[in-house]
Amino acid sequence: MMKKLWGIWLMLPLLAWAQAQPLGDDPAVEARLKALSTELRCLVCQNQTLADSTAPLAEDLRREIRELIAKGMSDKEITEYLVARYGDFVRYRPPVKAQTMLLWVGPSVLLVGGLAGLWLALRRRNQILVDDNDEEGEEA
Amino acid sequence: MKPAFKYLLPLAIFLVLVGFFAAGLKLDPREVPSPLIDKPAPAFRLPVLNAAGQTFSPEDMRGQVWLLNVWASWCGACREEHPVLMAMAQRGEITLVGLDYKDTDAEASGVLTQAGNPYKTVAVDADGRVGIDYGVYGVPETYVIDKAGVIRYKQIGPVTDEALHTKILPLIKGLQ
Repeated sequence: MMKKLWGIWLMLPLLAWAQAQPLGDDPAVEARLKALSTELRCLVCQNQTLADSTAPLAEDLRREIRELIAKGMSDKEITEYLVARYGDFVRYRPPVKAQTMLLWVGPSVLLVGGLAGLWLALRRRNQILVDDNDEEGEEA
Repeated sequence: MKPAFKYLLPLAIFLVLVGFFAAGLKLDPREVPSPLIDKPAPAFRLPVLNAAGQTFSPEDMRGQVWLLNVWASWCGACREEHPVLMAMAQRGEITLVGLDYKDTDAEASGVLTQAGNPYKTVAVDADGRVGIDYGVYGVPETYVIDKAGVIRYKQIGPVTDEALHTKILPLIKGLQ
């Protein structure tokens, strides 16, 4: 009995999934919209993607993107359309350019610097240990 | 490693970090710089509030320096800037055009009759499409547009007395 109940519980999400209607009619358009909007930031709730956000602006922008897709624009053109209006900030992956160099290169520089520091420190410690051993050896 | 260096290095790193954080504190993540600054104001033609058959386009303002103020009756911060706009309109320093963003005409008119109307014209952007062209993401927003129809400045959030006197009015004086 319990097992059966569990089974039903686990099936419930499927029911919800089956009921969710896509907002558009064309599944291909919806798939592209979804892929695109997960790469774009909602400017109202800035840590959410356009795909996740329920802010009215995000809904409007999804409508806009849907129409641009219908017009036959490529994903790149649509992203550029939004960047022209809202700036690079709408993109979750900022473009590589002079202004964003620190952002892109910074973590690698820190990692390499940290590894170099670690290597130097370990080598010095090793040296001290070797020297100590040598001294002990001489005493013996 | 010399001892002095050994102790100064962490301090130096600390100071650099403090520098970054201090600069970061002054940045407001809500204020996204607009890519439209120094670009021509996007064209549109929209119906005018409470004037059946009339339309407004930025083209109509050629040769004038003007402000485009994006507002809505449902927007709380717009009430905050309303007295500042009213005072500006009374001084007659600059033409103020409203863009009523995603609003109903009845509610927008209600606010203007109740609190006063600082606008020369109010264009109605009922579905928010013009707002998208202008990169509007949070009303109120205000654009300074010059004689050639180029956007020169964008105020994100309410126009405060401070912003008006330190940024907007000096800029307008220079443009006129």
